[in-house]
Amino acid sequence: MDKFVRFDGLVAPLDRANIDTDAIIPKQFLKSIKRSGFGPNLFDEWRYMDVGQPGQDNALRQRNPNFVLNLPRYEGAQILLTRKNFGCGSSREHAPWALLDFGLRVVIAESFADIFHNNCFKNGILPIVLPASELDALFAQVEATPGYKLTVDLERQLVVRPDGKGLPFAVDTFRKECLLNGWDDIGLTLRHADLIRTFEEKRRIEQPWLFA
Amino acid sequence: MPQTLYDKLWQNHVVHQEPDGTALLYIDRHLVHEVTSPQAFEGLKLAGRKPWRVSSVVATADHNTPTDHWDRGIEDAVSRLQVETLDANIREVGALAYFPFKDPRQGIVHVVGPENGATLPGMTVVCGDSHTSTHGAFGCMAHGIGTSEVEHVLATQCLLQKKSKTMLLRVEGKPGKGVSAKDIALAVIGHIGTAGGTGYAIEFAGSAIRGLSMEGRMTLCNMAIEAGARLGFVAVDEVTIDYVKGRPFAPRAEHWDRAVAYWRTLHSDAGANFDSVIDLRAEEIKPQVTWGTSPEMVVAIDARVPDPAKEADPVKREGMERALQYMGLNPNTPIGEIRIDKVFIGSCTNSRIEDLRAAAAVVKGRSVAASVKLALVVPGSGLVKQQAEREGLDKIFVAAGFEWREPGCSMCLAMNADRLEPGERCASTSNRNFEGRQGAGGRTHLLSPEMAAAAAIAGHFADVREII
Repeated sequence: MDKFVRFDGLVAPLDRANIDTDAIIPKQFLKSIKRSGFGPNLFDEWRYMDVGQPGQDNALRQRNPNFVLNLPRYEGAQILLTRKNFGCGSSREHAPWALLDFGLRVVIAESFADIFHNNCFKNGILPIVLPASELDALFAQVEATPGYKLTVDLERQLVVRPDGKGLPFAVDTFRKECLLNGWDDIGLTLRHADLIRTFEEKRRIEQPWLFA
Repeated sequence: MPQTLYDKLWQNHVVHQEPDGTALLYIDRHLVHEVTSPQAFEGLKLAGRKPWRVSSVVATADHNTPTDHWDRGIEDAVSRLQVETLDANIREVGALAYFPFKDPRQGIVHVVGPENGATLPGMTVVCGDSHTSTHGAFGCMAHGIGTSEVEHVLATQCLLQKKSKTMLLRVEGKPGKGVSAKDIALAVIGHIGTAGGTGYAIEFAGSAIRGLSMEGRMTLCNMAIEAGARLGFVAVDEVTIDYVKGRPFAPRAEHWDRAVAYWRTLHSDAGANFDSVIDLRAEEIKPQVTWGTSPEMVVAIDARVPDPAKEADPVKREGMERALQYMGLNPNTPIGEIRIDKVFIGSCTNSRIEDLRAAAAVVKGRSVAASVKLALVVPGSGLVKQQAEREGLDKIFVAAGFEWREPGCSMCLAMNADRLEPGERCASTSNRNFEGRQGAGGRTHLLSPEMAAAAAIAGHFADVREII
């Protein structure tokens, strides 16, 4: 996983609550056995006028001119601004894979669904929770300002607006360390392999039916 | 100090804890299906890692499998590759049990696990599938994980977790005639909202919950994720123990008594403290039907489609307007006047034998309305299908004009050929009414099997209480 470094990123606003992972990446694209290549089908049903299929040349498809991520001013966005309960529904990790493949590294919302929130960290995406009042202000600023960028500073746990105002956010210490260092969870866990083995052996004696 | 069931389950599985509270939890059962596992097996292989304990793995192919013409195999080449990739991965690494496509015990992973006794009380159960909360019905700590975590569990038999807050959701009283576990689940979601349980582990309790069968409890816990909670569970009681006894992977001989003695401790202690407590009365719950594109957009069968003009919160109002536009509905329309095109009885929520019995009881001697283009019954597993056929339920459905299919996830998420066409309206016993969930442009209304059967007969939503 790439290390998460401080960056200035173009912001795209997606002003809806309860965006589910079926909307982020529809089911037909889940048939892939790869981790990459989902970006062109991110928000497929909203982005294109037709119903997409795996293996299609997406460049030839007609885009929905009204969908926000199709607007030229948001091309190259790295930060997605949205509303509450983002990523609800299916546990599909294809959702963060699609966001990442599209170029998004940060999602800012009022709240996130648990499984999606967890999946983000496994892929180097930072989900940031901000209060509704700050989000309202950000939506207004983004819409009023072409080329609107935010600075995301994970080290200091701050989103910095162009006018210099810093918006603090919370993040688990452990997850923060993993993102900043680009650590692989499995490698970290396997440092405790002896503890796992000891636990397992004890369990095998106490609850043998679990190991039948 | 009195403990909640969640405290007990948590404590029983902590291998190690970091100073910030992040714990390494041991995983007892790892359920695997074809959609969320290929990248995990590939990752494991690329890193040169071996699976930690393959005897924890129970696998099946369910999302992509067709529900008819099994003699033709899987005709969609992309779906076929995914199923064959699971076959190859399990062949290579092994598993406690694998129920591949066409196996007599194949079926939806959350139906297959419990019916084979692979889900046991007190276990941690994970699967790359959000509806893993289903297994909470057994007093398990069961939840969905992403593919990175599937790989993590394969490699380490553990997961990194932070403890959730606890919610006690009590439903007291006796549900009325025609009111099922699905209606309780939808009423709960309507009450607390789709984000109401976010960050919580929900314990369902109260006399109405204790009165549910194991299958009813599975339906309820299955929908916990639709309330935002990864974990939903019910304490172990005699109903749980009776269900587990004698199943293929249930403990035998001297292990049985030891297991039962432990299982009987799996309940919250009197006086245990919860972060949140919510009380509902079963008598007040009527048969439910969703009207929008989120499971929280739900009302009783005798209600009307809500009017966004009466909603004060602008974000919520806009969401309602968008949902009504997508669903092709006008505010204030009586739910009972909404006509349907298709009916789907199936999914990990409602495809077990009791669901099929309940639907068949409504259907018996009646016919699917001429205006309904397709009415599907998709049993949850090969074993459910066999049982239903022994009871003659298939004949009741077919005589009424339903199609009787092979097991799988089918039109719950439409990864196979079963789907809605744009604009089609479906009465569905599944769990999600999101835009495009059952097919791009499709319109899904969630309800119970009894209510889906009643809608099939009437051609529009109908109050099953007036039929049975």
